[in-house]
Amino acid sequence: MSELFYDAAPNATRVAPERPKPRSYPAKPTEVTLFGTCVVDLFFPEAGLDAIRLLEREGIRVHFPQAQSCCGQPAWTSGYVNEAREVARAQLNLLDNDLPVVVPSGSCAGMFRQHYREVFAEEPDTLKRVESLAERTFELTEFLLHVCTVDWQDLGQPTQIALHTSCSARREMNTHLHARELLGKLANVERLDHDHESECCGFGGTFSVRMPEVSGAMVLDKTRSLRESGAAEMITADGGCLLNINGSLEKQQQAFRGRHLASFLWERVSGEVTP
Amino acid sequence: MSQRIPVKELTDSFRGRAVGALADDQLRTNFRVAMDSLMKKRADAFPDEAEREGLRELGNHIKARALSRLPDLLEQLEAKLTDNGVKVHWAETTEEANQIVHAIIESKKGSQVVKGKSMVSEEMEMNDYLAERNIECLESDMGEYIVQLDGEKPSHIIMPAIHKNRFQVSKLFHDKLGVDETEDVNELIQIGRRTLRQKFLEADVGVSGVNFAIAETGTLLLVENEGNGRMSTTAPPVHIAVTGIEKVVENLRDVVPLLSLLTRSALGQPITTYVNMISGPRKADELDGPEEVHLVLLDNGRSGAFADAQLRQTLNCIRCGACMNHCPVYTRVGGHTYGEVYPGPIGKIITPHMVGLHQVPDHPSASSLCGACGEVCPVKIPIPEMLQRLRQENVKSPAEQPAVKDGGAKYSRKERAIWRFWATLNTSPVFYRWFLWGATRLRKLAPKNVGPWTENHSAPVPARRSLHDLAKAHLNQGDRL
Repeated sequence: MSELFYDAAPNATRVAPERPKPRSYPAKPTEVTLFGTCVVDLFFPEAGLDAIRLLEREGIRVHFPQAQSCCGQPAWTSGYVNEAREVARAQLNLLDNDLPVVVPSGSCAGMFRQHYREVFAEEPDTLKRVESLAERTFELTEFLLHVCTVDWQDLGQPTQIALHTSCSARREMNTHLHARELLGKLANVERLDHDHESECCGFGGTFSVRMPEVSGAMVLDKTRSLRESGAAEMITADGGCLLNINGSLEKQQQAFRGRHLASFLWERVSGEVTP
Repeated sequence: MSQRIPVKELTDSFRGRAVGALADDQLRTNFRVAMDSLMKKRADAFPDEAEREGLRELGNHIKARALSRLPDLLEQLEAKLTDNGVKVHWAETTEEANQIVHAIIESKKGSQVVKGKSMVSEEMEMNDYLAERNIECLESDMGEYIVQLDGEKPSHIIMPAIHKNRFQVSKLFHDKLGVDETEDVNELIQIGRRTLRQKFLEADVGVSGVNFAIAETGTLLLVENEGNGRMSTTAPPVHIAVTGIEKVVENLRDVVPLLSLLTRSALGQPITTYVNMISGPRKADELDGPEEVHLVLLDNGRSGAFADAQLRQTLNCIRCGACMNHCPVYTRVGGHTYGEVYPGPIGKIITPHMVGLHQVPDHPSASSLCGACGEVCPVKIPIPEMLQRLRQENVKSPAEQPAVKDGGAKYSRKERAIWRFWATLNTSPVFYRWFLWGATRLRKLAPKNVGPWTENHSAPVPARRSLHDLAKAHLNQGDRL
């Protein structure tokens, strides 16, 4: 046997963390911070603005710190820990107050809630602030559903939509359940299932450029099943998937498109159509 | 699609092989159909979510407990097996393991080996090693038999020939065995069984794997559905079991939940058709069984994984294959694309310890980190977390001393510089907003060709105004916080 074998600490084995208990939600606050996310910032800013409008409609004052940028996820998933930590620290410092943080993207919310613990695993003092941020971070749909407990009147025409949920959001934040329930509150919206609904769209951040052939095959299958669902459009709460799916649909010259959930919801409850 | 990949990489890299697999419609259909069926079988085998999650937690704790005492348990296993009359051999490398197996066969002047299914023997490339020494090693698991007949390697750890459909198997049998073509699966299986039957009786040595090695009683537990495992371990006069050191568990009580997790996760079975519990060679008053039983315990990099508290969790694996069945990448490219013995998500996290990251530099990146693998793993290996860690080790410079064998395989000053730039951009609010301003105002100048991205997508065009701009105008508050 190798020497490593006997050098290892005998009790160093990790066990799986306990299953998270169902999250308990606070009463509706008067003020929140919106963390827009870099993809929404640059490619889907209207969705971010619609998220602000939805929150304001619930009587909440929204802050948008101008010093925010990216949660750090691209570097983290690429293995560049130091770079990810620097960027994460900038956001952590910026959000270091008592306000709830609402994020219109499940994977970035998951980064705050799950992965910052790993990013700062070797900094016990920072971890306290990380726990505070994790506790205060809400993905937009869960915030509207469980914190604002919205009660909406659907002002839109009858429509059928397909819902796509990012994988990290699905498995880290349960976004798919929140979005389903939220959409269920809209009387004129019917959600149609699509084939292999829980399967990844192929984005995976830098995976899409490191393994473009595999990623391309995945998004091709995803767009096909979305189109074949019979839905008029695809709705998603994640900017990354939206960028991937819409970019692929455009390349394929398909008319079918996806839209951010925030814009869709704002249109239904305000009667305003986002340009 | 493949024109930008150099010819050498077409065969030598994950990405190159993936291009070939993706272009093979038959292969993709075979995998999609098979994986869909396996996912459904698993889901049906765990109708109660609370029971499933409780069992997975138990499985995780049992393996963690066993690993926390691994050196002690292995010594206990050796002592108990020796008491039972089993000869225990230790091998640090696959070369040593092959030498041990060969020496045993030589000592019996054996020339024919029949093998039950064993992934560790694949790891050792035992068939080739023995063939070079004029010893025939015949696979007796139907899937393994099919791939051996076709000169291939397994494409799945549980179902080695899953990449072939029945028509392809029929043609193979016709070409290699001279039998009539038939689309009847039962008939195909009978053809294989008839061929193998005689071999079991003629073999000098039987080789098998081990699913669980039980330290307290010195028992080797082996599950299977075809009876070939029992034949391989009882009919020939000598039985050699080969296994990795991580397969040891404390006692038989621990096996009950692990066995249930294994068979339900793998094929959706409540239990396999055969459960073999081997505790030693034939005793004086017994009528059958082998005269000699050997166990070869293989390290092959496992102790390297063991030495790292985080990566040690890869040794939890009980080889059910559920991670590959649920993997959207594996489903599309198949097992051969991985180019190594263990494909799929589990292959990506255990292979680097065996062969080094330099041999599998793309494996950690060949995942969208969708998390489907971790979600179904019966022993709760956090596979996406392991992949992320391997990506870290993969981009380390030599000075940063990667903690995994041949780490730093993807170290690149250029890429590091790009991420340094990215970090500077995202930690400097002024710089970031200047970037946003430029990207939105000069959106018409956005590049039309963005490397690999534009192979699958239209070129991304930034919005007219960033959310920073829109929010500022809407809230009219500027930097309030």
